[in-house]
Amino acid sequence: MSAPATAGHAAAQPLHTVRAWWQAAPFALVFGLFFIVPLALIAMVSLWDFNEYELIPALSLRNYLSIFEGCSHLTDNGDLCVTLSTYLSTLKFCLLVWAITLVLGFAVACFLAFHVRSPGMQTLLFVLCTVPFWTSNVIRMISWVPLLGRNGLVNQTLQGIGLIDTPIEWLLFSDFSVVLAFVHLYTMFMIVPIFNSMMRIDRSLLEAATDAGASGWQTLWNVIVPLCKTGIIIGSIFVVTIVMGDFVTIGVMGGQQIASVGKIIQVQTSYLQFPLAAANAVILLAVVLMIIWGLTRLVDIRKEL
Amino acid sequence: MQARTSDARAPGFWPLALVFALFVLFMYGPMFAIFTLSFQGPEGGLTFPMRGTSLHWFRQLAEGLGTVDIAAAFRRSLMLGAVVMLLTVVLSVLAGLAFRKRLAGGNALFYVAVASLIMPSIIVSLGIGLQFRLLDTGLKAALAAMGAEGTLEDYGTALGLLTSALGAHLTWTLPFGLLIMFAVFNRFNPAYEEAARDLGASPWQSFRHVVLPLIGASVVGIGMFGFTLSWDEIARTSQAIGDVNTLPLELQGLTSTVTTPAIYALGTVTTVVSFLVIGIALGGAALLRRRASKRRG
Repeated sequence: MSAPATAGHAAAQPLHTVRAWWQAAPFALVFGLFFIVPLALIAMVSLWDFNEYELIPALSLRNYLSIFEGCSHLTDNGDLCVTLSTYLSTLKFCLLVWAITLVLGFAVACFLAFHVRSPGMQTLLFVLCTVPFWTSNVIRMISWVPLLGRNGLVNQTLQGIGLIDTPIEWLLFSDFSVVLAFVHLYTMFMIVPIFNSMMRIDRSLLEAATDAGASGWQTLWNVIVPLCKTGIIIGSIFVVTIVMGDFVTIGVMGGQQIASVGKIIQVQTSYLQFPLAAANAVILLAVVLMIIWGLTRLVDIRKEL
Repeated sequence: MQARTSDARAPGFWPLALVFALFVLFMYGPMFAIFTLSFQGPEGGLTFPMRGTSLHWFRQLAEGLGTVDIAAAFRRSLMLGAVVMLLTVVLSVLAGLAFRKRLAGGNALFYVAVASLIMPSIIVSLGIGLQFRLLDTGLKAALAAMGAEGTLEDYGTALGLLTSALGAHLTWTLPFGLLIMFAVFNRFNPAYEEAARDLGASPWQSFRHVVLPLIGASVVGIGMFGFTLSWDEIARTSQAIGDVNTLPLELQGLTSTVTTPAIYALGTVTTVVSFLVIGIALGGAALLRRRASKRRG
């Protein structure tokens, strides 16, 4: 989606511009006050010093250095330092969730866009997919408890049919449940943009591909996927940024036992270690921006080929 | 695909239909599990089987869970949601109108809104929390310098529901509002407005009597986004709220302490509110659309 072309009204006098800005001013003011200024403050305070009582204005890299302390070598047990292993763990979730939501979201969007024939039915099924998005994430997380818990439905069933003797422990409060919850919560962010891209595809292109002898898979891979690129990238950016900064899902579904970058920032904030938290936020932001940059590069490169 | 004359389904229909059906089950199944379990009898636990049915856990909820006053948090979230909804509608529609004109720096504003949408919420939340704490420090220093000891003692914090939390919610709801407005005006036919202008309507009259009825259904949609997104918001609120908590934040805290179906009852109640708002919005949008099309004849 891009900004609509600025209107071609013949009467584009300066007066018009001024009025346009008055209309946009409250909107711009909110983002100035609650987005731009806070981000600038994070960058500034990440260079500050602090003690138990107060933040001390300074210009030091102490916070950054302490985050990466000991990261140049492995610990005695052969582990990575806390920061690097947390980032690795978060990236691992990110990659898994991204891959699963992409395939699942693409399949669902594909079904909605190309296989449902009546527009009314299409709208209905699309709304059916999006309604859960407007309900509480935490509720949707805890709704897995009666199913995956120690005495949950899955374990009861498996024990009932004699497949297992003791309940499976890793179903809840584990990496598995975290990934499951992410997929449950955020596949919608893939479906909507991919579906949007698919609906813009000229159907005659698909028929042309079939007429030219392309198999279903060839049409999918050589026609549909390239034309859905924008939707795929937009969905990927949503999923990646959400998972990278998450602390709620990992907290609730991981039983507050699994580390994540967002969780580190949250804990440091609760101990009022703002400069440390700010430095961590700056690093997280840099990593996320690099990933987004990489994703958008992916589009351009393919366009040039 | 509608042009297809034969009744045969395209290849891949059945596997994809199966995937879709399983996906819908995956989306809704767990939720129905907790709705059912919230009506557990007083003896019942967190998992199946049901031990009788009762409203016991809803009564427990109304009395409050432990130290948490659920009813107060419920009212706070409702109030905040309503304010966010109102501001989201007004500011998004105004900004949408502005973007139709020549708006210097409009592109930058658009990218800022998109950046806010995809920025990890913990960063926004931390930034706003930090901002208001620095503001507190500054105000306290100023009060002390002015020698206003009484005011200084009364002063708590600038963090609050209608200051920092409201701002945090708006950074999340407004980008959605703007994107919806773009989608609306991309398909909007300016001929109606020009006709109104030619007939001598003032800008306000043409907005009130021509544009607004045409975009009314989408405006209701923006309101729905505004309320439901705020009603369930956690990540952006978490560091930017101060002493009082919203309902979802209380709920998040309760997940690790409450081990009775009362938490499912809470889930059922908040979901009912979300569904009510979605229902009202969809109904209202349908009504407005019908009225608009009737007027156009």
